Amino acid sequence: MNDILVEVKDVKRYFPVNRGVIFLKRLGYIKAVDGLSFTIGKGETFGLVGESGCGKTTTAKLLLLLEKITGGTISFDGQDISKLSGSELKAYRSSVQAVFQDPYSSLSPRMRLGNIIAEPIIESKSLPQKAVKDRIAEVLNVVGLRHDAHELYPHELSGGQRQRVAVARALASNPKLIVLDEPVSALDVSIRAQIMNLLHDIQRKMGVTYLLIAHDLAVVKHMSKTIGVMYLGKMVEFAGSDELYFHPLHPYTQALLSAAMPSHPDDKREEIVLPGEVSTPFNPPPGCRLQSRCFNAKPICTAAEPELKEVSPGHFVSCHLY
Amino acid sequence: MTSTKVLEVKDLKTYFFTSRGVVKAVDGVSFELAEGETLGLVGESGCGKTITCQSVLRLVPAPAGRIVGGEIILEGENLLSKKEKEMAHIRGYKVSMILQDPMASLNPVLTIGAQVAEPIRIHQRLATRSVWEKVKEMLRLVRIPSPEVRMKEYPHQMSGGMRQRVVGAIMLSCQPRLLIADEPTTSLDVTIQAQYLKLLKELQAQQKFALIVVTHDLGIVAKICDRVAVMYAGKIVENGDVRDIFYHPAHPYTQALLGSLPKIFEREEQLMTIEGQPPELHALPQGCSFAPRCSVAQDLCRREYPPLSVLKEGHLVHCWLCASGKG
Repeated sequence: MNDILVEVKDVKRYFPVNRGVIFLKRLGYIKAVDGLSFTIGKGETFGLVGESGCGKTTTAKLLLLLEKITGGTISFDGQDISKLSGSELKAYRSSVQAVFQDPYSSLSPRMRLGNIIAEPIIESKSLPQKAVKDRIAEVLNVVGLRHDAHELYPHELSGGQRQRVAVARALASNPKLIVLDEPVSALDVSIRAQIMNLLHDIQRKMGVTYLLIAHDLAVVKHMSKTIGVMYLGKMVEFAGSDELYFHPLHPYTQALLSAAMPSHPDDKREEIVLPGEVSTPFNPPPGCRLQSRCFNAKPICTAAEPELKEVSPGHFVSCHLY
Repeated sequence: MTSTKVLEVKDLKTYFFTSRGVVKAVDGVSFELAEGETLGLVGESGCGKTITCQSVLRLVPAPAGRIVGGEIILEGENLLSKKEKEMAHIRGYKVSMILQDPMASLNPVLTIGAQVAEPIRIHQRLATRSVWEKVKEMLRLVRIPSPEVRMKEYPHQMSGGMRQRVVGAIMLSCQPRLLIADEPTTSLDVTIQAQYLKLLKELQAQQKFALIVVTHDLGIVAKICDRVAVMYAGKIVENGDVRDIFYHPAHPYTQALLGSLPKIFEREEQLMTIEGQPPELHALPQGCSFAPRCSVAQDLCRREYPPLSVLKEGHLVHCWLCASGKG
């Protein structure tokens, strides 16, 4: 299988919780990501959905090597990313880029756009100045900004234009994978569609792979080929986007989809309301993470943790019901 | 219509006088709201949604901002002719407002109970014991589990969804006639958002208050609103029944907004987009402010602001395409 770009296998990230200063007492762990597995195919978009605190962003940070992996492996193009060093690490960093939620805080206010976009190129390889300039003009063109925009400062741009710059920066070093962490949620509705179309066009033309993290289910559905649903650090369901949205199996996925806002006033769906709120990932109890809120909980759900099973081709679910 | 009119806003104008010129944040906004009705005020950031609501409460940031014209009639009384002291008695009593971020609207150093009790104490002159009874009742109403315990806690001990419900309890404690919710669920998660909107609708059915929901999320509008007012650059460009707006949008801006929304159970390749950016409010173009971004704009649109056209009972639009004799 040569068309898999990212393979995440049983990845864990625990944050220790301690009390005391010198005589540390370990109280336990916050299991932000706990045994996560998925694969992303080349040139595809993989969407991760879930509520705040479910570990979506931690997963992104693990991929970007901004967090240390506690257990498990992430391989990128066949290489284990936690074992990279030297020039390999440098090459990895330039082939994985990110676009963040808030374009007001992700661009340095004191740098000109040209320098912002050039940074990943200069960091990854030494190019003559002319080549860097050409590349800046090229990516500015790709994201639909004027070629002389490299002279400007971020404050001279609107939110949508800033997000275009963030996309341009991510594209500059010719990456294979771009992590999109809530790329449109800080933008206005009409601008949102512009950026989503732009990302779509870029993927079609350049074949980059996206890991999309968002909480807006319609946005994720629109952009992704496969979607994984996370709950408290676990992948609860994982399937092709149409399959997942039309045949959700896991109770959490069903509840999440029923809670999505309708697209028109007569779009009435059965409402599944989960009682209570997301519990904490601090020392979670054994068994299924959803047990206390699930409408279908059985005795086995508190006793054993469900495994991720393939119930139909490409559709994985982690629930004792199946 | 047999239902009573709660709020009537007529030709409201709120301007900001800044060094860069006069910013017409709200420029001739009119709408009506009946008892138990929900109005969705939709538009992009900077279109004047929030300023409209602040004007209703007369909380426009002074001295730069001033209400320069129009009328705001709440149950037959013009709020713009009230003295500040009279307004203070209306805010939180007859009209309440829920803000976007519950953490910012709750005081971190006061207990939940004290904060829910405040409007009751100020507006209702009850004995201390009945105040606390009322607090408990309100917390129970918004489904805070074990209110006796929770009312002694502080905001940081609660989750985001619970905090927003506490804000709801504060705002509804005096049974207001009008509740304004400014982006009430933006900071909440999807499932919590659904819970909260459901609760809001149930409370509205019980207490019969009129509700204005300010939002940029058309999904929320589709879910809970009866009427929709679409704002663009300080003006309401289209106003109508929620079904008219969603199924027969007349204004090109409304059409584009709806087209740019990804639909959850449909598959579409390209989304409709609106080219360009919303205009700067201190340098509005002549004529229709949407004309520079409009795909069907004509010369007339760039010269004159379109008059109000009534498409049918209760469906109003400002667009030359719909003006009589033109379209």
